[in-house]
Order: sequence, then C-alpha cells, then structure tokens
Amino acid sequence: MSTTIAPPAARHGIPPGPRAKRHTVTTATGESATARWILIGTALAYLFLFLGLPLFVVFEEALKKGVGAYFTALRDPELLHALRLTLLVAGIAVPLNVMFGLAAAWAITKGRVRGHALLVALADLPLAVSPVIAGLTFMLLFGMQGWFGPWLKAHDIQIAFTVTAVVLATIFVTLPFVARELIPLMEEQGVTEEEAAVTLGASGWQIFRRVTLPNIRWGLLYGVVLCNARAMGEFGAVSVVSGRIRGQTTTLPLHIEILYNEYDFTAAFAASSLLAMLAVVTLAAKHLLERSHHAARARLIQEQQERQS
Amino acid sequence: MSVALERVSKRFGEFVALDDVNFTVDEGELVALVGPSGSGKSTLLRVVAGLERQDAGTVKIHGEDAAPLGPGDRRIGFVFQHYALFRHMTVFENVAFGLRVRPRGGRPSAGEIKAAVKDLLALVELDTLGARYPSELSGGQQQRVALARALAVQPRVLLLDEPFGALDARVRKQLRQWLRQLHDEVKVTTILVTHDSEEACEVADRVAVMHEARIAQVGTAAELLRETANPFLESFLAESTRKSEAVKANYH
Repeated sequence: MSTTIAPPAARHGIPPGPRAKRHTVTTATGESATARWILIGTALAYLFLFLGLPLFVVFEEALKKGVGAYFTALRDPELLHALRLTLLVAGIAVPLNVMFGLAAAWAITKGRVRGHALLVALADLPLAVSPVIAGLTFMLLFGMQGWFGPWLKAHDIQIAFTVTAVVLATIFVTLPFVARELIPLMEEQGVTEEEAAVTLGASGWQIFRRVTLPNIRWGLLYGVVLCNARAMGEFGAVSVVSGRIRGQTTTLPLHIEILYNEYDFTAAFAASSLLAMLAVVTLAAKHLLERSHHAARARLIQEQQERQS
Repeated sequence: MSVALERVSKRFGEFVALDDVNFTVDEGELVALVGPSGSGKSTLLRVVAGLERQDAGTVKIHGEDAAPLGPGDRRIGFVFQHYALFRHMTVFENVAFGLRVRPRGGRPSAGEIKAAVKDLLALVELDTLGARYPSELSGGQQQRVALARALAVQPRVLLLDEPFGALDARVRKQLRQWLRQLHDEVKVTTILVTHDSEEACEVADRVAVMHEARIAQVGTAAELLRETANPFLESFLAESTRKSEAVKANYH
C-alpha cells in the first residue's frame, strides 16, 4: 500500500529545514518537548519505583505459593481477629477525630477563639512527635507504674495492653488529619456566608448543616480518607501500648510484623494485601463519591440548558 | 422612627469605630451612609444588624430596643459587598433559604415558598436563572440575587453594605438607578453604605456623612452640596459638586 497523503513540504520536494524547527511545540512556560518528556519520565519512574513496585511485590509474594495457600492464610483466626480489631479501632478513632476536627476548625476559623495559634500548634503535635514516643507517653500515663497507674489499679481498670489503649493511641496519632484539612479551607472561605445565614434567621445548627458543611464536604472527605488510612495502618504507637498480645490486641500491621518475624512470608504478605486492599477501597470510595457529585452537577447543567433552549 | 441609634460607641481594641453616634432613619426612607474607608460606616450597619455588639448606647428598631435580639430576630435584610451567596445552592435555593429555615410553626409550605421565590426573582429581573449556581452569574446578577434573598424574609429594614463596590462602573450605575426604582416600589426602610458620594447623592433621600467614627453631617443631597459644615466634608464632597448638575436638577 502506498501512502497518498504526504506533508506539503515533502510533496513539493522541499527538505525540512530551519522552517520546520520554528514549529516545535512549546508550552506556555517555554520548556522544550525534550525537557517535558524528561520531567514526565522521571516522575513516572519515581512513582513506579516507590509506589507501584512495592504494591506489586506485596501481591506477588502473597500469591507465590498459589491461590490456595493465599486463601488458607487469610482464613487464619488470628489474622481475622486482627482485621476485625483494625476495623473496630478505625471505626472508633475516625468518627471521634471527625468531630474533633470539625469542632477545632470551627472554633479556630469561625469562632474568633482566643489563642487559636496555640490550638493549631497543639493539633499538629501528633504529626511532629514520633508515634513510638506517643506510645511511651501513654504508657507513662496509664501503665502500672504510670501517673494514673495506682488509681486505675485501685478501681480495677486495666488500660495498658488492652484494646482501649490501642484505640486511645490511634486517636492521638490520627488527631490532626481532619482538622489540618479543614482549617485552611474554612479560613479561606471566611464567615460571610454564615453571617448571611444568621441575618436570614438560621439557627446555629441550621447554619452548620446547610451552609458550612456543604461548603467543606470535599475537604472533610479527604481528611476522613487520610485519617482512616493512618488509623488502619498505624504501627509505632499501637505497638508500644498494645503489648502485642496475639489474637487480642494485635491490629493488622502488628500481626503482619509478627508473621514476618516468624518467616511466614505467605501469611505476612497475604495480610499485607488485605491492608493494601482496604487502602484501595478507601481511595476508590472517595473517588466514586466525587465522581457521582460531578456527574449530578453536569446533569443539572444540561437540564438547565435544555429548558432554556 | 424605623431605626434609631442613641449614643452608640464601638471599639476594636485600640481602634475607635463608632464614637457616641446618634442617628435616625424614618420609616420607608432610603438613607445613604457615606464616608472614607475606616470612618465606621460599615460598623454602624453591622451594629444595626446585630452582627456586632455595641460597647455602649442603644439601637432601636421600630422603637424597640434591639439589644436582646440576635441578628436572626431583628427582621433585617443584609446585603454584603461580595454578595455572600451560598455557593453550593442554586439561585432559587439561595432566595428560599430565609423561608426554609423558619421554625416549623411559621414555615411556609413548599408551594408558598415556590411562589414567593418566583415573585422575588421576577422583582429582581432574574426569573429565568433560578436553576443556576452563583458562580455562573455575573457580579451584577449575583448582587440582585442577594437582594432578593434579603427581601424574602420581608425585612423591616434593609441594610446594604457597599453593595455595588465590587462591580465595574457601568454596571454600578445601572444597578444604582435600578435600586432607586426598586425602593420606590417596595418602600422598605433602607440604609445604604457607600464610599462613593456621587452614588449616595444620586440614590438616597438623605445622606449622612461619616468621618472619624462620628456622623459629621446629615441632610438631603442638595442641602449637603449647598452648605458643607467643615473642610473635610468640603473636600470629600468636592467630587460630587463637580458632577452635581444632574443631581441638583433632581433635588431642586
């Protein structure tokens, strides 16, 4: 088959010279195509090396001894207990930190609270402190020899090395995520919509429910996703306070480490794949929510245009 | 007397925003509050609305002390410089908001709300745009939505805080004439805050000039242009005087 279409220059027998060079595509920022491809290539290689490859290896290792071995490992009662515990801990820590995050962000940005800089700094503390140290602090407070130790013992309350301790440590570590997401967003949005609502006779709850919350919902959702991911994946603090009582206080990340130390790689990576899938599910849920929102919005605009034409 | 401020003072830290201000607005009147930025005119408006609490003095709305009333109970309509429309709601929902948040007993039915919003959108000449979102409207259109939203609660007093300040000059002129017509139609007591003395003189029945946290002078546009009380006013109103021929023709 012969080509019938040739570039004009070729048809006229003109060799591509300096003229062609002038038509090189450049972007608004002016870098050349080569530079662009190097940048994109580097970013992709980096992503693959540090994100894609590890994720792939997890599943590869988990399935190394076949699908049968993989599912046998997943049916292990201790692993299932760890999974349930992880979901329970996240199920308690995330809602509590959503409430805290909303309250703190509201107080700081809309409520003109005194000393809000201190509150912001305090909310950042868990990000700055190593989780292991956070865990040790909890032990100092609630452990046998800790500050509240004698009192707790006298009242027959055990906190250290229990699920309660795991929950408390997780709440501490995941505390900043929602607040951190909301504070800049709400700061940027200001208070005039709330002021407009109050002059129209809305109550405090109505303002929050109908004005503030809809305006921050995407930021809030993102904060929840981050908070949830951290709550399910937390290792350091939980490792210290849980005492790693197998089948009782071990969350998924702790259980994975135990399996790994016992050279049970198939089980370790099978459990890891569960954790990875939980993360993927969280992200997918966020993505779907966003998409359905945008789709609903697009439909609405279309309906409008049809009505008008 | 529709609105009366008696010896009202307000400071923010060291800054004195209102210094012993006395000011009254009659029923159905459109008064413009004019002055340079920082002269306290916006604070005065926010004190009337209840968005700020005065440190001293009394605010009366229809003869009743407003002190025990929050902003939601004062039956005022407030229009903000940057519209402050609810960005996630359609134009229709924005206007309906004040009716929808009423306590169960006093809340109109869905049909009544629909009819009321339709009338209001017709009043501000935006009947076809009810399903749009604020971001899809021009600045002038957004401000008319804000006005319709404020009027929906049938306010006793309408408070406009630099309502045309964010609009370009041409739209500003149009809207200002339109506001005057609207006021003649609706006849609701209105306080308009502006830093543009020409705008104040053209639109308002009376103009109050604010200077350094006090009301320096009050009068009709023609009165103010004829006899200014002090050098500050003279210079502030000079720009108006230059283009006052049309204004004078209106008021003589």
